[in-house]
Amino acid sequence: MTGLTANGLTVRFGGRAVLDRVDVACSPGKVTALLGPNGAGKSTLLACLAGLRAPDDGTATLDGTGILALDRRERGRRIGLLPQTPDVHWDIDVATLVELGRFPHRAGWGRSPADAVAVERAIAATDIAALRDRVVTTLSGGERSRVLLARVLAGEPAWLLADEPLASLDPAHQLDVLAVLKAAASAGAGVVVVLHDLNHALHVADDVVLLRDGRVVAAGPVEAVLTEARIAETYGVATEIGTARDGSRFVVALGRIG
Amino acid sequence: MSVARFSLLLTLAIVAAAALSLIAGKVWVPFDAWRATDPRWLIIAELRLPRTVLAIIIGAALGLSGAAMQGYLRNPLADPGLFGVSAGAALGAVLSLYFGFAVSALVLPAFALAGAAGTMLILALLAGRSGSLIVFALAGVIVSSVAGSLTALAISVAPTPFAVSEIVTWLMGALTDRSWDDVKIALPLVALGGVMIAATARSLDALTLGEAAARSMGVDPARLQWLIVGGVGLCIGASVAAAGIIGFVGLMVPHMVRRVVGGRPSATLLPSALGGALLLLLADIACRAIPTVSELRLGIAMALLGGPFFLWLLASMRRTLA
Repeated sequence: MTGLTANGLTVRFGGRAVLDRVDVACSPGKVTALLGPNGAGKSTLLACLAGLRAPDDGTATLDGTGILALDRRERGRRIGLLPQTPDVHWDIDVATLVELGRFPHRAGWGRSPADAVAVERAIAATDIAALRDRVVTTLSGGERSRVLLARVLAGEPAWLLADEPLASLDPAHQLDVLAVLKAAASAGAGVVVVLHDLNHALHVADDVVLLRDGRVVAAGPVEAVLTEARIAETYGVATEIGTARDGSRFVVALGRIG
Repeated sequence: MSVARFSLLLTLAIVAAAALSLIAGKVWVPFDAWRATDPRWLIIAELRLPRTVLAIIIGAALGLSGAAMQGYLRNPLADPGLFGVSAGAALGAVLSLYFGFAVSALVLPAFALAGAAGTMLILALLAGRSGSLIVFALAGVIVSSVAGSLTALAISVAPTPFAVSEIVTWLMGALTDRSWDDVKIALPLVALGGVMIAATARSLDALTLGEAAARSMGVDPARLQWLIVGGVGLCIGASVAAAGIIGFVGLMVPHMVRRVVGGRPSATLLPSALGGALLLLLADIACRAIPTVSELRLGIAMALLGGPFFLWLLASMRRTLA
Protein backbone atom coordinates (compact mmCIF):
# COMPACT_ATOMS: atom_id res chain seq x y z
CA MET A 1 0.00 0.00 0.00
CA THR A 2 1.64 3.23 -1.12
CA GLY A 3 1.00 6.68 0.22
CA LEU A 4 0.91 8.50 3.52
CA THR A 5 -2.03 7.38 5.60
CA ALA A 6 -3.66 7.78 8.96
CA ASN A 7 -5.61 4.81 10.24
CA GLY A 8 -7.97 5.33 13.15
CA LEU A 9 -5.68 8.06 14.49
CA THR A 10 -6.69 9.29 17.95
CA VAL A 11 -4.91 11.95 19.98
CA ARG A 12 -6.14 13.15 23.37
CA PHE A 13 -5.18 16.26 25.31
CA GLY A 14 -6.28 15.95 28.93
CA GLY A 15 -9.12 13.61 28.14
CA ARG A 16 -10.41 15.63 25.17
CA ALA A 17 -9.96 13.96 21.79
CA VAL A 18 -8.16 16.38 19.46
CA LEU A 19 -8.22 13.71 16.78
CA ASP A 20 -10.94 11.08 16.95
CA ARG A 21 -10.42 7.94 14.85
CA VAL A 22 -9.19 9.85 11.82
CA ASP A 23 -8.66 7.97 8.56
CA VAL A 24 -6.79 9.80 5.82
CA ALA A 25 -5.04 8.59 2.66
CA CYS A 26 -2.71 10.95 0.79
CA SER A 27 -1.36 10.00 -2.63
CA PRO A 28 2.02 10.76 -4.16
CA GLY A 29 1.99 13.25 -7.03
CA LYS A 30 -0.98 15.09 -5.53
CA VAL A 31 -1.56 18.10 -3.32
CA THR A 32 -3.75 17.16 -0.36
CA ALA A 33 -5.12 20.10 1.62
CA LEU A 34 -6.09 19.70 5.28
CA LEU A 35 -8.94 22.12 5.97
CA GLY A 36 -11.16 22.92 8.91
CA PRO A 37 -11.93 25.57 11.49
CA ASN A 38 -9.47 26.57 14.23
CA GLY A 39 -9.01 23.70 16.67
CA ALA A 40 -10.22 21.06 14.20
CA GLY A 41 -6.99 19.09 14.63
CA LYS A 42 -5.25 19.92 11.34
CA SER A 43 -1.82 20.68 12.79
CA THR A 44 -2.00 17.71 15.16
CA LEU A 45 -2.82 15.45 12.22
CA LEU A 46 0.11 16.87 10.26
CA ALA A 47 2.44 16.34 13.25
CA CYS A 48 1.33 12.69 13.44
CA LEU A 49 1.89 12.22 9.70
CA ALA A 50 5.38 13.77 10.09
CA GLY A 51 6.20 11.38 12.93
CA LEU A 52 6.61 14.18 15.48
CA ARG A 53 3.73 13.07 17.66
CA ALA A 54 2.82 9.59 18.81
CA PRO A 55 -0.95 9.07 18.61
CA ASP A 56 -2.79 7.63 21.59
CA ASP A 57 -4.46 5.17 19.26
CA GLY A 58 -4.23 4.19 15.62
CA THR A 59 -1.23 4.51 13.31
CA ALA A 60 0.22 6.73 10.65
CA THR A 61 1.96 4.80 7.90
CA LEU A 62 4.23 5.59 4.98
CA ASP A 63 3.99 3.07 2.13
CA GLY A 64 2.64 0.50 4.56
CA THR A 65 5.28 1.00 7.29
CA GLY A 66 4.47 2.70 10.60
CA ILE A 67 5.92 6.22 10.63
CA LEU A 68 7.26 5.82 14.14
CA ALA A 69 8.91 2.51 13.22
CA LEU A 70 11.06 4.24 10.62
CA ASP A 71 14.62 5.21 11.48
CA ARG A 72 14.71 8.96 12.29
CA ARG A 73 17.08 9.82 9.48
CA GLU A 74 15.23 7.72 6.94
CA ARG A 75 12.00 9.40 7.96
CA GLY A 76 13.76 12.75 7.58
CA ARG A 77 14.88 11.81 4.08
CA ARG A 78 11.42 10.70 2.99
CA ILE A 79 9.24 13.29 4.74
CA GLY A 80 10.11 16.98 4.71
CA LEU A 81 8.25 19.23 7.15
CA LEU A 82 7.80 22.97 6.96
CA PRO A 83 6.63 23.89 10.47
CA GLN A 84 4.19 26.66 11.20
CA THR A 85 6.63 28.92 13.04
CA PRO A 86 9.30 30.28 10.71
CA ASP A 87 12.11 29.99 13.27
CA VAL A 88 15.64 31.01 12.37
CA HIS A 89 17.61 31.45 15.56
CA TRP A 90 21.03 32.58 14.38
CA ASP A 91 22.27 35.04 11.81
CA ILE A 92 23.21 32.64 9.03
CA ASP A 93 23.23 33.25 5.29
CA VAL A 94 20.62 31.87 2.92
CA ALA A 95 22.88 29.27 1.29
CA THR A 96 23.90 27.87 4.69
CA LEU A 97 20.29 27.66 5.80
CA VAL A 98 19.16 25.83 2.66
CA GLU A 99 22.03 23.40 3.10
CA LEU A 100 20.70 22.47 6.55
CA GLY A 101 18.00 20.62 4.63
CA ARG A 102 20.63 18.04 3.70
CA PHE A 103 20.93 17.01 7.35
CA PRO A 104 19.14 13.63 6.96
CA HIS A 105 21.40 12.71 4.04
CA ARG A 106 24.73 13.47 5.64
CA ALA A 107 26.51 11.05 7.91
CA GLY A 108 29.82 12.79 8.47
CA TRP A 109 31.26 16.25 7.98
CA GLY A 110 31.83 16.04 4.25
CA ARG A 111 29.60 17.57 1.64
CA SER A 112 28.88 15.32 -1.33
CA PRO A 113 28.27 16.45 -4.91
CA ALA A 114 24.69 15.25 -4.46
CA ASP A 115 24.29 17.73 -1.59
CA ALA A 116 25.48 20.61 -3.76
CA VAL A 117 23.19 19.60 -6.63
CA ALA A 118 20.14 19.32 -4.37
CA VAL A 119 20.83 22.70 -2.75
CA GLU A 120 21.21 24.41 -6.14
CA ARG A 121 18.02 22.77 -7.40
CA ALA A 122 16.10 23.95 -4.33
CA ILE A 123 17.46 27.47 -4.71
CA ALA A 124 16.41 27.51 -8.37
CA ALA A 125 12.95 26.04 -7.66
CA THR A 126 12.17 28.76 -5.13
CA ASP A 127 13.83 31.54 -7.14
CA ILE A 128 16.10 32.75 -4.33
CA ALA A 129 19.47 32.76 -6.12
CA ALA A 130 19.69 36.53 -5.69
CA LEU A 131 19.33 36.17 -1.92
CA ARG A 132 22.05 33.50 -1.57
CA ASP A 133 24.51 35.58 0.46
CA ARG A 134 21.98 37.55 2.47
CA VAL A 135 21.63 36.93 6.20
CA VAL A 136 18.28 35.22 6.75
CA THR A 137 17.21 37.41 9.66
CA THR A 138 17.39 40.49 7.39
CA LEU A 139 14.94 39.10 4.80
CA SER A 140 11.32 40.15 4.43
CA GLY A 141 8.59 37.70 5.43
CA GLY A 142 7.95 36.72 1.83
CA GLU A 143 11.62 36.13 1.09
CA ARG A 144 12.08 34.17 4.27
CA SER A 145 9.14 31.87 3.52
CA ARG A 146 10.67 30.94 0.16
CA VAL A 147 14.07 30.32 1.77
CA LEU A 148 12.55 28.05 4.40
CA LEU A 149 10.66 26.19 1.69
CA ALA A 150 13.96 25.78 -0.20
CA ARG A 151 15.42 24.18 2.94
CA VAL A 152 12.71 21.50 2.83
CA LEU A 153 13.12 20.95 -0.92
CA ALA A 154 16.91 20.57 -0.50
CA GLY A 155 16.23 17.36 1.44
CA GLU A 156 14.57 15.97 -1.72
CA PRO A 157 11.76 14.40 0.30
CA ALA A 158 9.21 12.16 -1.36
CA TRP A 159 6.64 13.83 0.89
CA LEU A 160 6.37 17.52 1.61
CA LEU A 161 4.29 18.50 4.63
CA ALA A 162 3.60 22.19 5.26
CA ASP A 163 1.71 23.72 8.18
CA GLU A 164 -0.01 26.95 7.12
CA PRO A 165 2.81 28.05 4.83
CA LEU A 166 0.84 31.09 3.61
CA ALA A 167 0.20 32.74 6.96
CA SER A 168 1.18 36.44 6.96
CA LEU A 169 2.17 36.49 3.29
CA ASP A 170 0.82 38.97 0.75
CA PRO A 171 -1.13 37.58 -2.25
CA ALA A 172 1.85 37.58 -4.61
CA HIS A 173 4.03 35.62 -2.19
CA GLN A 174 1.14 33.29 -1.42
CA LEU A 175 0.91 32.46 -5.12
CA ASP A 176 4.69 31.92 -5.25
CA VAL A 177 4.58 29.39 -2.43
CA LEU A 178 1.53 27.63 -3.86
CA ALA A 179 3.28 27.37 -7.24
CA VAL A 180 6.32 25.72 -5.63
CA LEU A 181 4.06 23.20 -3.84
CA LYS A 182 2.18 22.47 -7.04
CA ALA A 183 5.44 22.00 -8.94
CA ALA A 184 6.72 19.58 -6.30
CA ALA A 185 3.57 17.49 -6.70
CA SER A 186 3.87 17.58 -10.49
CA ALA A 187 7.42 16.28 -10.08
CA GLY A 188 6.02 13.27 -8.21
CA ALA A 189 6.18 14.29 -4.55
CA GLY A 190 3.21 13.91 -2.27
CA VAL A 191 2.27 17.29 -0.81
CA VAL A 192 0.15 17.64 2.33
CA VAL A 193 -0.63 21.19 3.34
CA VAL A 194 -2.67 22.79 6.12
CA LEU A 195 -4.61 25.75 4.69
CA HIS A 196 -7.03 28.30 6.10
CA ASP A 197 -8.19 30.04 2.96
CA LEU A 198 -10.61 27.89 0.98
CA ASN A 199 -9.70 29.75 -2.22
CA HIS A 200 -6.12 28.55 -1.82
CA ALA A 201 -7.43 25.01 -1.54
CA LEU A 202 -9.50 25.46 -4.70
CA HIS A 203 -6.41 26.89 -6.38
CA VAL A 204 -3.84 24.27 -5.45
CA ALA A 205 -5.38 21.10 -4.04
CA ASP A 206 -6.15 17.88 -5.84
CA ASP A 207 -7.61 16.25 -2.74
CA VAL A 208 -9.10 17.78 0.37
CA VAL A 209 -9.60 16.51 3.90
CA LEU A 210 -12.25 18.48 5.80
CA LEU A 211 -11.86 18.23 9.57
CA ARG A 212 -14.10 19.39 12.35
CA ASP A 213 -13.72 18.76 16.09
CA GLY A 214 -11.09 16.12 15.42
CA ARG A 215 -13.19 14.13 12.98
CA VAL A 216 -13.14 13.84 9.22
CA VAL A 217 -16.26 15.49 7.77
CA ALA A 218 -15.39 14.60 4.21
CA ALA A 219 -12.37 13.61 2.16
CA GLY A 220 -11.75 13.22 -1.56
CA PRO A 221 -11.22 15.23 -4.75
CA VAL A 222 -11.49 18.97 -4.14
CA GLU A 223 -14.48 19.56 -6.44
CA ALA A 224 -16.46 16.78 -4.78
CA VAL A 225 -15.65 17.75 -1.19
CA LEU A 226 -15.70 21.55 -1.24
CA THR A 227 -19.38 22.21 -1.77
CA GLU A 228 -21.46 25.03 -0.31
CA ALA A 229 -23.31 22.51 1.86
CA ARG A 230 -20.15 20.92 3.27
CA ILE A 231 -18.56 24.28 3.97
CA ALA A 232 -21.71 25.36 5.81
CA GLU A 233 -21.66 22.15 7.85
CA THR A 234 -17.94 22.41 8.69
CA TYR A 235 -17.39 26.12 9.23
CA GLY A 236 -20.90 27.38 9.96
CA VAL A 237 -20.53 29.90 7.15
CA ALA A 238 -22.83 30.44 4.16
CA THR A 239 -20.83 30.66 0.96
CA GLU A 240 -21.23 30.86 -2.77
CA ILE A 241 -18.88 29.00 -5.07
CA GLY A 242 -18.42 30.53 -8.51
CA THR A 243 -16.32 30.15 -11.61
CA ALA A 244 -13.83 32.78 -12.72
CA ARG A 245 -13.17 33.90 -16.29
CA ASP A 246 -10.25 31.46 -16.60
CA GLY A 247 -12.44 28.56 -15.50
CA SER A 248 -10.99 28.26 -11.99
CA ARG A 249 -13.37 28.16 -9.06
CA PHE A 250 -13.58 30.57 -6.15
CA VAL A 251 -15.55 30.83 -2.97
CA VAL A 252 -17.08 33.89 -1.35
CA ALA A 253 -18.24 33.97 2.27
CA LEU A 254 -21.75 35.43 2.62
CA GLY A 255 -22.19 35.30 6.37
CA ARG A 256 -22.37 33.16 9.48
CA ILE A 257 -25.14 30.63 9.78
CA GLY A 258 -27.21 30.75 12.94
CA MET B 1 36.73 34.39 7.89
CA SER B 2 36.69 30.61 7.57
CA VAL B 3 36.63 28.46 10.70
CA ALA B 4 39.94 26.79 9.84
CA ARG B 5 41.75 30.08 9.26
CA PHE B 6 40.36 31.69 12.43
CA SER B 7 41.21 28.58 14.45
CA LEU B 8 44.79 28.66 13.17
CA LEU B 9 45.12 32.33 14.13
CA LEU B 10 43.76 31.63 17.60
CA THR B 11 46.15 28.69 18.01
CA LEU B 12 49.12 30.89 17.12
CA ALA B 13 47.91 33.50 19.59
CA ILE B 14 47.60 30.82 22.29
CA VAL B 15 51.20 29.70 21.66
CA ALA B 16 52.41 33.29 21.99
CA ALA B 17 50.31 33.91 25.11
CA ALA B 18 51.54 30.64 26.64
CA ALA B 19 55.15 31.75 26.17
CA LEU B 20 54.32 35.08 27.84
CA SER B 21 52.54 33.20 30.63
CA LEU B 22 55.74 31.27 31.37
CA ILE B 23 57.77 34.47 31.51
CA ALA B 24 55.39 36.76 33.39
CA GLY B 25 54.77 36.96 37.12
CA LYS B 26 56.24 38.30 40.35
CA VAL B 27 59.55 36.82 39.19
CA TRP B 28 60.16 37.40 35.49
CA VAL B 29 61.85 34.46 33.83
CA PRO B 30 63.27 35.53 30.45
CA PHE B 31 64.03 33.06 27.66
CA ASP B 32 67.74 32.87 28.53
CA ALA B 33 66.84 31.27 31.86
CA TRP B 34 64.94 28.42 30.18
CA ARG B 35 67.60 25.82 30.99
CA ALA B 36 67.33 22.97 33.43
CA THR B 37 70.52 24.22 35.11
CA ASP B 38 69.10 27.67 35.86
CA PRO B 39 67.52 27.89 39.35
CA ARG B 40 64.58 29.80 37.86
CA TRP B 41 63.74 26.78 35.67
CA LEU B 42 62.02 25.25 38.66
CA ILE B 43 59.52 28.11 38.65
CA ILE B 44 58.67 27.31 35.05
CA ALA B 45 58.57 23.52 35.27
CA GLU B 46 56.65 23.19 38.52
CA LEU B 47 54.58 26.38 38.75
CA ARG B 48 54.17 28.30 35.50
CA LEU B 49 53.93 25.38 33.10
CA PRO B 50 51.13 23.49 34.88
CA ARG B 51 49.35 26.80 35.51
CA THR B 52 49.59 27.70 31.84
CA VAL B 53 48.43 24.29 30.66
CA LEU B 54 45.55 24.40 33.14
CA ALA B 55 44.51 27.86 31.94
CA ILE B 56 44.35 26.51 28.38
CA ILE B 57 42.36 23.40 29.38
CA ILE B 58 39.88 25.25 31.58
CA GLY B 59 39.51 28.19 29.21
CA ALA B 60 38.78 25.77 26.37
CA ALA B 61 36.28 23.85 28.52
CA LEU B 62 34.45 27.04 29.52
CA GLY B 63 34.39 28.50 25.99
CA LEU B 64 33.24 25.23 24.43
CA SER B 65 30.55 24.68 27.07
CA GLY B 66 29.23 28.20 26.51
CA ALA B 67 29.04 27.74 22.74
CA ALA B 68 27.30 24.38 23.16
CA MET B 69 24.78 25.77 25.66
CA GLN B 70 23.98 28.77 23.50
CA GLY B 71 23.51 26.56 20.46
CA TYR B 72 21.34 24.13 22.37
CA LEU B 73 19.14 26.75 24.03
CA ARG B 74 19.29 28.96 20.93
CA ASN B 75 19.99 31.90 23.17
CA PRO B 76 23.10 34.10 22.97
CA LEU B 77 22.74 34.89 26.68
CA ALA B 78 22.94 31.24 27.81
CA ASP B 79 25.87 30.19 29.94
CA PRO B 80 26.74 27.05 31.91
CA GLY B 81 26.34 29.21 35.00
CA LEU B 82 22.67 29.84 34.19
CA PHE B 83 22.20 26.14 33.77
CA GLY B 84 23.09 25.28 37.36
CA VAL B 85 26.02 23.02 36.52
CA SER B 86 28.67 25.47 37.78
CA ALA B 87 26.67 26.09 40.94
CA GLY B 88 26.22 22.36 41.49
CA ALA B 89 29.91 21.67 40.99
CA ALA B 90 30.80 24.54 43.33
CA LEU B 91 28.42 23.24 45.99
CA GLY B 92 30.16 19.86 45.80
CA ALA B 93 33.57 21.48 46.09
CA VAL B 94 32.50 23.72 48.98
CA LEU B 95 31.00 20.78 50.87
CA SER B 96 34.32 18.96 50.62
CA LEU B 97 36.08 22.03 52.06
CA TYR B 98 33.41 22.48 54.71
CA PHE B 99 33.77 18.95 55.97
CA GLY B 100 37.52 19.35 55.86
CA PHE B 101 37.91 16.51 53.39
CA ALA B 102 40.19 18.53 51.18
CA VAL B 103 43.21 16.79 52.63
CA SER B 104 43.57 14.45 49.66
CA ALA B 105 44.00 15.95 46.19
CA LEU B 106 41.29 13.70 44.79
CA VAL B 107 38.48 14.39 47.26
CA LEU B 108 37.65 17.90 46.09
CA PRO B 109 37.48 17.07 42.35
CA ALA B 110 35.39 14.02 43.16
CA PHE B 111 32.96 16.21 45.12
CA ALA B 112 32.84 18.82 42.35
CA LEU B 113 32.15 16.20 39.71
CA ALA B 114 29.52 14.63 41.96
CA GLY B 115 27.94 18.08 42.29
CA ALA B 116 27.95 18.58 38.53
CA ALA B 117 26.67 15.04 37.94
CA GLY B 118 23.98 15.48 40.58
CA THR B 119 22.85 18.71 38.94
CA MET B 120 22.79 16.96 35.58
CA LEU B 121 20.76 14.10 36.98
CA ILE B 122 18.20 16.44 38.54
CA LEU B 123 17.93 18.35 35.28
CA ALA B 124 17.45 15.18 33.29
CA LEU B 125 14.79 13.89 35.70
CA LEU B 126 12.95 17.22 35.78
CA ALA B 127 13.04 17.77 32.04
CA GLY B 128 12.39 14.11 31.33
CA ARG B 129 12.92 12.60 27.93
CA SER B 130 10.77 15.16 26.16
CA GLY B 131 13.80 17.28 25.39
CA SER B 132 11.70 20.37 26.00
CA LEU B 133 13.96 23.39 26.10
CA ILE B 134 11.73 25.53 28.28
CA VAL B 135 11.42 22.94 31.03
CA PHE B 136 15.12 22.31 30.80
CA ALA B 137 16.12 25.96 31.10
CA LEU B 138 13.72 26.57 33.97
CA ALA B 139 14.97 23.48 35.76
CA GLY B 140 18.51 24.80 35.36
CA VAL B 141 17.64 28.18 36.85
CA ILE B 142 15.92 26.57 39.84
CA VAL B 143 18.71 24.07 40.48
CA SER B 144 21.24 26.88 40.19
CA SER B 145 19.50 29.00 42.79
CA VAL B 146 19.03 26.07 45.19
CA ALA B 147 22.71 25.13 44.86
CA GLY B 148 23.66 28.76 45.51
CA SER B 149 21.51 28.84 48.66
CA LEU B 150 22.99 25.59 49.95
CA THR B 151 26.47 26.98 49.35
CA ALA B 152 25.54 30.09 51.34
CA LEU B 153 24.16 27.84 54.07
CA ALA B 154 27.43 25.91 54.20
CA ILE B 155 29.31 29.20 54.60
CA SER B 156 26.98 30.55 57.30
CA VAL B 157 27.27 27.45 59.49
CA ALA B 158 30.96 26.81 58.87
CA PRO B 159 32.60 25.65 62.11
CA THR B 160 35.67 27.88 62.08
CA PRO B 161 36.68 31.23 60.57
CA PHE B 162 39.38 29.28 58.82
CA ALA B 163 36.79 27.14 57.00
CA VAL B 164 34.87 30.28 56.00
CA SER B 165 37.97 31.85 54.55
CA GLU B 166 38.84 28.67 52.70
CA ILE B 167 35.36 28.42 51.17
CA VAL B 168 35.24 32.06 50.17
CA THR B 169 38.70 31.83 48.65
CA TRP B 170 37.54 28.80 46.72
CA LEU B 171 34.47 30.52 45.37
CA MET B 172 36.55 33.36 43.98
CA GLY B 173 38.25 31.09 41.48
CA ALA B 174 41.96 31.11 40.68
CA LEU B 175 44.80 29.25 39.02
CA THR B 176 47.34 30.13 41.70
CA ASP B 177 49.62 27.32 42.91
CA ARG B 178 48.10 24.63 40.73
CA SER B 179 50.24 21.58 40.01
CA TRP B 180 50.54 18.82 37.45
CA ASP B 181 48.18 16.77 39.62
CA ASP B 182 45.39 19.22 38.80
CA VAL B 183 46.24 18.95 35.09
CA LYS B 184 46.14 15.15 35.28
CA ILE B 185 42.64 15.28 36.75
CA ALA B 186 41.20 18.00 34.52
CA LEU B 187 42.61 16.97 31.15
CA PRO B 188 40.91 13.58 30.61
CA LEU B 189 37.56 14.84 31.93
CA VAL B 190 37.57 17.91 29.71
CA ALA B 191 38.70 15.83 26.73
CA LEU B 192 35.81 13.41 27.19
CA GLY B 193 33.35 16.28 27.61
CA GLY B 194 34.75 17.90 24.48
CA VAL B 195 34.22 14.74 22.44
CA MET B 196 30.60 14.54 23.63
CA ILE B 197 29.96 18.16 22.71
CA ALA B 198 31.64 17.73 19.31
CA ALA B 199 29.20 14.89 18.61
CA THR B 200 26.30 17.35 18.90
CA ALA B 201 27.65 19.83 16.33
CA ARG B 202 25.39 19.02 13.39
CA SER B 203 22.30 18.57 15.54
CA LEU B 204 22.91 22.04 16.96
CA ASP B 205 22.98 23.38 13.39
CA ALA B 206 19.65 21.71 12.63
CA LEU B 207 18.21 23.23 15.81
CA THR B 208 18.72 26.67 14.24
CA LEU B 209 15.42 25.99 12.43
CA GLY B 210 13.56 25.27 15.66
CA GLU B 211 12.70 22.10 17.50
CA ALA B 212 9.99 20.81 15.15
CA ALA B 213 12.08 21.23 11.99
CA ALA B 214 15.13 19.68 13.65
CA ARG B 215 13.16 16.67 14.84
CA SER B 216 11.55 16.25 11.43
CA MET B 217 15.02 16.06 9.88
CA GLY B 218 16.06 13.25 12.21
CA VAL B 219 17.55 14.97 15.26
CA ASP B 220 17.01 12.82 18.36
CA PRO B 221 16.16 15.34 21.12
CA ALA B 222 16.78 12.91 23.99
CA ARG B 223 20.23 11.89 22.69
CA LEU B 224 21.13 15.52 22.06
CA GLN B 225 20.09 16.47 25.58
CA TRP B 226 22.16 13.72 27.17
CA LEU B 227 25.24 14.59 25.14
CA ILE B 228 24.92 18.27 26.02
CA VAL B 229 24.26 17.64 29.71
CA GLY B 230 27.07 15.08 29.91
CA GLY B 231 29.57 17.07 27.88
CA VAL B 232 28.91 20.37 29.64
CA GLY B 233 28.77 18.62 33.01
CA LEU B 234 32.19 17.02 32.54
CA CYS B 235 33.78 20.24 31.28
CA ILE B 236 32.31 22.43 34.02
CA GLY B 237 32.76 19.86 36.80
CA ALA B 238 36.44 19.46 35.94
CA SER B 239 36.94 23.24 35.60
CA VAL B 240 35.34 24.07 38.93
CA ALA B 241 37.31 21.25 40.58
CA ALA B 242 40.59 22.66 39.31
CA ALA B 243 40.01 26.40 39.64
CA GLY B 244 36.75 27.24 41.42
CA ILE B 245 34.08 29.35 39.74
CA ILE B 246 35.31 31.38 36.79
CA GLY B 247 32.31 32.91 35.11
CA PHE B 248 31.50 34.74 31.90
CA VAL B 249 34.09 33.02 29.65
CA GLY B 250 31.34 30.85 28.17
CA LEU B 251 29.17 33.91 27.65
CA MET B 252 31.69 36.30 26.12
CA VAL B 253 33.78 34.09 23.87
CA PRO B 254 31.08 32.52 21.66
CA HIS B 255 29.58 35.97 21.19
CA MET B 256 32.87 37.38 19.88
CA VAL B 257 33.54 34.26 17.80
CA ARG B 258 30.16 34.58 16.09
CA ARG B 259 31.14 37.98 14.73
CA VAL B 260 34.01 36.37 12.86
CA VAL B 261 32.71 32.98 11.69
CA GLY B 262 28.96 33.65 11.53
CA GLY B 263 26.07 32.22 13.48
CA ARG B 264 26.12 28.54 12.51
CA PRO B 265 26.46 26.78 15.91
CA SER B 266 28.86 24.05 14.73
CA ALA B 267 31.20 26.70 13.34
CA THR B 268 31.44 28.37 16.75
CA LEU B 269 32.49 25.28 18.75
CA LEU B 270 36.22 24.95 17.96
CA PRO B 271 36.94 28.70 17.81
CA SER B 272 35.08 29.16 21.12
CA ALA B 273 37.25 26.51 22.78
CA LEU B 274 40.41 28.16 21.43
CA GLY B 275 39.15 31.65 22.21
CA GLY B 276 38.27 30.60 25.76
CA ALA B 277 41.77 29.23 26.24
CA LEU B 278 43.29 32.47 24.93
CA LEU B 279 41.06 34.71 27.05
CA LEU B 280 41.77 32.81 30.26
CA LEU B 281 45.52 32.73 29.55
CA LEU B 282 45.61 36.50 28.99
CA ALA B 283 43.43 37.20 32.03
CA ASP B 284 45.65 35.00 34.19
CA ILE B 285 48.78 36.76 32.93
CA ALA B 286 47.18 40.11 33.71
CA CYS B 287 46.28 38.93 37.22
CA ARG B 288 49.92 38.08 37.85
CA ALA B 289 51.43 41.08 36.12
CA ILE B 290 49.21 43.83 37.54
CA PRO B 291 50.91 45.03 40.71
CA THR B 292 48.43 44.71 43.58
CA VAL B 293 49.02 43.95 47.25
CA SER B 294 48.05 40.33 46.75
CA GLU B 295 47.47 38.67 43.40
CA LEU B 296 44.16 39.58 41.74
CA ARG B 297 41.83 36.55 41.71
CA LEU B 298 41.09 35.23 38.24
CA GLY B 299 37.41 34.61 38.98
CA ILE B 300 37.02 38.21 40.15
CA ALA B 301 38.90 39.54 37.14
CA MET B 302 36.64 37.63 34.76
CA ALA B 303 33.52 38.85 36.57
CA LEU B 304 34.79 42.44 36.34
CA LEU B 305 35.26 41.95 32.60
CA GLY B 306 32.16 39.84 32.05
CA GLY B 307 29.60 41.80 34.06
CA PRO B 308 29.81 44.98 31.97
CA PHE B 309 30.02 42.85 28.83
CA PHE B 310 26.77 41.08 29.75
CA LEU B 311 25.04 44.41 30.42
CA TRP B 312 26.30 45.80 27.12
CA LEU B 313 25.02 42.67 25.37
CA LEU B 314 21.61 43.07 27.02
CA ALA B 315 21.48 46.75 26.10
CA SER B 316 22.39 46.11 22.47
CA MET B 317 19.82 43.32 22.25
CA ARG B 318 17.19 45.62 23.68
CA ARG B 319 17.97 48.09 20.95
CA THR B 320 17.53 45.37 18.33
CA LEU B 321 14.27 44.22 19.85
CA ALA B 322 12.81 47.69 20.27
